Amino acid sequence: MNHLIRLQRFMRPYLAQIGANLFVLLAVTGLGLIVPLILQNVIDDGLLHGDIAYLGRAALMLLGLGLITALLNLAELYLSAWTAARIGYDIRNALYNRIQDLPFTFHDHTQTGQLISRCIEDVRSIQSFAGDSFIQLVQLLFMAVGAIGILVSLNPTLAVISLLPLIPMLMMTTDFGERITRLFYKVDLMLGNLSSRLQENVTGVQVVRAFAREPYEVGRFDQINKQYFDARIQVMNEWSKVMPTTTLLVTLGTILILLFGGQMVLQGKMTVGEVVAFNAYMLMLAAPVQQVAWLVNGMGEAEAGAQRVLEILEHEPEIQSPADAIQLPALRGQVTFDHASLRYADEKSAALKDIDLVVEPNQLVALIGQTGSGKTSLINLIPRFYDVSDGAVLVDGLDVRSLELDSLRRQIGIVLQTSLLFSDSIKANLAYGRPDASDEEIVAAAKAAQAHEFIEGFTEKYETMVGERGVTLSGGQRQRVAIARALLMNPRILILDDSTSSVDTQTEKLIQEALDRLMEGRTTFVIAHRLATVRRADLILVMENGRIVQRGKHAELLAQGGLYKEIHDLQLSLNTAFEDDNEEAAEAENTEPATDHSLT
Amino acid sequence: MTQTIVPPAYVTQTEEQYDKGFDPHVARRLFAYARPYTGRLVAAMFLMLGASAAAVAGPYFVKIAIDSGLTAGDYNVLRYTILAYLAAAVIQWICTYYRVNIMSWVGQAVIYDLRRDLFEHLQELSLGFYSRYSVGRVITRVINDVEVLRDFLTWAVLAITRDIFTLILIVIVMLSMDFRLALITFSVLPFMVLATFVFRRYSRAAYRQVRAAISWVNSVLAENVNGVRVVQAFSRQKRNYENFANFVNRYHLERSIQAARLASFFSPVVDVLGAIATMLVIWLGGTAVLGNTITAGVLVAFVLYIDRFFEPIRDLSRRFDALQSTMAGGERILALLDTEIEVRDAQNAPDLPSVSGDVRFEAVSFHYEDDPALVLDHIDLHIRAGETVALVGETGAGKTTIVKLLGRFHDPTAGRVCVDGFDLRAVTQRSLRKQMGMVLQDPFLFYGSVKENILFGRLNASGQEVIAAAQAVGAHEFIMGLKNGYETSVEEGGVMLSVGQRQLISFARALLADPRILILDEATSSVDTQTEQVIQRALATLLKGRTSFVIAHRLSTITSSDRIVVVDGGKIIEQGTHDELLAKQGMYYELYKTGFQE
Repeated sequence: MNHLIRLQRFMRPYLAQIGANLFVLLAVTGLGLIVPLILQNVIDDGLLHGDIAYLGRAALMLLGLGLITALLNLAELYLSAWTAARIGYDIRNALYNRIQDLPFTFHDHTQTGQLISRCIEDVRSIQSFAGDSFIQLVQLLFMAVGAIGILVSLNPTLAVISLLPLIPMLMMTTDFGERITRLFYKVDLMLGNLSSRLQENVTGVQVVRAFAREPYEVGRFDQINKQYFDARIQVMNEWSKVMPTTTLLVTLGTILILLFGGQMVLQGKMTVGEVVAFNAYMLMLAAPVQQVAWLVNGMGEAEAGAQRVLEILEHEPEIQSPADAIQLPALRGQVTFDHASLRYADEKSAALKDIDLVVEPNQLVALIGQTGSGKTSLINLIPRFYDVSDGAVLVDGLDVRSLELDSLRRQIGIVLQTSLLFSDSIKANLAYGRPDASDEEIVAAAKAAQAHEFIEGFTEKYETMVGERGVTLSGGQRQRVAIARALLMNPRILILDDSTSSVDTQTEKLIQEALDRLMEGRTTFVIAHRLATVRRADLILVMENGRIVQRGKHAELLAQGGLYKEIHDLQLSLNTAFEDDNEEAAEAENTEPATDHSLT
Repeated sequence: MTQTIVPPAYVTQTEEQYDKGFDPHVARRLFAYARPYTGRLVAAMFLMLGASAAAVAGPYFVKIAIDSGLTAGDYNVLRYTILAYLAAAVIQWICTYYRVNIMSWVGQAVIYDLRRDLFEHLQELSLGFYSRYSVGRVITRVINDVEVLRDFLTWAVLAITRDIFTLILIVIVMLSMDFRLALITFSVLPFMVLATFVFRRYSRAAYRQVRAAISWVNSVLAENVNGVRVVQAFSRQKRNYENFANFVNRYHLERSIQAARLASFFSPVVDVLGAIATMLVIWLGGTAVLGNTITAGVLVAFVLYIDRFFEPIRDLSRRFDALQSTMAGGERILALLDTEIEVRDAQNAPDLPSVSGDVRFEAVSFHYEDDPALVLDHIDLHIRAGETVALVGETGAGKTTIVKLLGRFHDPTAGRVCVDGFDLRAVTQRSLRKQMGMVLQDPFLFYGSVKENILFGRLNASGQEVIAAAQAVGAHEFIMGLKNGYETSVEEGGVMLSVGQRQLISFARALLADPRILILDEATSSVDTQTEQVIQRALATLLKGRTSFVIAHRLSTITSSDRIVVVDGGKIIEQGTHDELLAKQGMYYELYKTGFQE
């Protein structure tokens, strides 16, 4: 119950509806009690006195009662479904909001399938409890209290005796509630795992096919499918024990009535009629008592769901704007690393060690170094994707941790190694960082990124849908859209993972030109692989094991020798395809057409 | 809720599909899944009968206890009947316990089977399917739609059988009590049936929309969770939230409420009809009593039975609503199961024997089903075993399609592709791909350890072999530097590793598979110089001694290949060695001049 109670704020806006619903339920129960009275009158007045007019009236009254009950039932069904849907909607929104805000560290270790499963299946179990079962539980409490009250007023001694079986039942139900919650938690976890497995299989479908690993994948899925099956069976085992036991205990109540009531009758302390009536009221109690097990089952499911939902909702983003956040004014573009270190949670060694660095506005900084040397870690600190574990990162002299996150990130443009686009029009993807951009701005950015031409080639041009049910862009096209997307932000600080994977040589050239244009007049950090870029850089950082081991300009570093010279020589000797040492020469040849005069 | 939300076409598309060709066999086909468990179901049925008998016997014992025990003052009779009552209660407990156990087991087993079938089917669907269906939508079908079905199977099936059973008993009792009054009661039933038909039509449509809405929610969620780093980099949280809350999630809310509205109109119909029946019985029955044709006792009992008669019907009507939701999910499940497998093994296709790796494309043309434009146009190509071929050409030239046909991800629309003289369509896909390795541009890693990811190439490889493969491609060193070495988890999509590291692992994976034919979609300069050097060496190791198709971007890869094939506009423009092609001064020469030159 603990977790459900913590979610009660989602019920609060709908207290009026929940109250109305409860009232309607009680009214239906109340109306049900009138019917026997009418019937009694039908017999006494109508039939025995031969009053045919009364018969007619009674018939009409019953019809009227039926209609009112129908209306109330309608209201009850609608209200409970409405409340459930609204609560589910609100919780799902809150989850979505929080998931978006949780930092990279969280997402690095969380599987997509688990998150989706919480938003759909766990919310489903919570909403059906909050909207429906909860009210029924309250109604049952009313009915049970009423029935017990009547029993006590009829015969206190017999009431106490006959209600004895309720004590083990209460204990059993509480215990059941706790156990079933734990079991449901496992069920939910397995369902999330199932989602994750499926999600991965679908995402990696090409690899699975390429290695003919379908049977292996089927086996892996089967394993979790089986675990899910087992978890569900455990739940049902609990349920199958408790459900008939409640019936048995109610029967025990009747037996106790007969035994002790019978004795009282034989002793002349009670009449047979009284015992029969007493038993009838006892049976009135049976229905709610049996419902309770069912409702506790639903409550356990909701409680487990609530726990999983709260694991997200109560996970405060480690990285968020501080309470007294400063709105970052328009940046000049100075970036300072003040003895910054970074250690990822549960990693053996620090990813960055004591980085000390000042980058002046409009400088081009090239980072080179081996895979895992800390280049990506370093640039990830600037938009505050991760927080330093020691030291500080400052922009224009302001600690990034003191800034309003959006105001910081809006002034930073990022082109990541993998160009992820969203299922939307090309235009919307271009304007992703600046939804308010005008069409002219969007086209200008696309042109600058060498993307305009291929976009115009599509039938629907900028409105062309990409992703799901849309066109599939090639790697190079995706990359140019990603560059234009960053360009449109007109950022003061630009971060580039200088990767031009998956494109042919022509496109490669176009992209490089686009990138070069993008870097002009901004503070730029490039994880550089091309010597041309490196050579031009105002500052080259050579990284090794999380430290900057060499820094300076090309000529200086070359003269220094050491790791930089090693890499440089290696690069030359590698004779790589995209090594355009003779870029100047190529430009002189002017092999590329001047850009886009024909296109508006 | 003022404006109407128009979801994207793919969300509603499925509905149209069902409206056109509604399959009335959904229920029957789903029932077929229970067939393997007929024995258990029959046992459960008997247990239910047992439990019902015990439940009915209970009150009878109470009656004896009161009449013969209490009223007669015979304490012994009282004791024995109470014992009998207790025995009945215990029997009821046992029967119910086993019945619930068996039924829920069967329900879960059906769900298990269904998911397994869905997953197996997904393993056979062509790659074309996956470019049309997002991850989120596939998840909706296999997880959420099946969960709806599970809910129904677990609870509703039990309740429905119980309701029907009760209903039959009550009908018998009513008929035997008074034939005419019974008929009067039943006279309202045709209206019930009518209401059911009307309700079913609208409700099914409404629930289809709910299912479609969930699918939309899922795909938006999946995409945004997957792209959360981009979302944060571009500070899109607020806007994405608004989109989610005001459109996607809101659409789901509105559709759910619409379905609930229909349901809440349907159920009270039973109340109204019940009231009408009671009214008729009292009026007509009452006059009959006054006319001395029936007794007052019969009438009173009858009125009480009307209530019991409508109780199971009321419950059934609520279940009927759940059934509509379930069927809407069931349609979607079956639609996925029915999705045609485009590339199928021929009947009794033999396995491809061990090949040497001789590959022939004979007059191969290819176009996609929905687009008559030729992607490949009359390709003729003969690659001898052990040769390394570099495919060169611009984006969209057809390089990828050539290797996809070789891996039989598509079948050619004309001509044929042969390996060692075997037409690929005549052998099983699995035996073909087992001898084929593939390294993709975006090296995909699975959630799991580094070791598991390398083992994906050959499952029965030993630990030493895994390490040897990693060493051969130069990945061993960085792997040993990870927190837990080979046991380090790479997390979903391999996010814990850099792109270069992921590439090396995918090389090790391919090397471990030791394929006769290797297809390599080369990723370009996305790594640092040292890793680049490691990768080039690894490539040489990987390509040695097998037929290799490389979609090449590195000049070094291109020049060191045995043959360069230049593709443009779906045609092979020229082929030969680096020097031959340069001498020819054709397209390759142009490409070389603008792009590759040092």
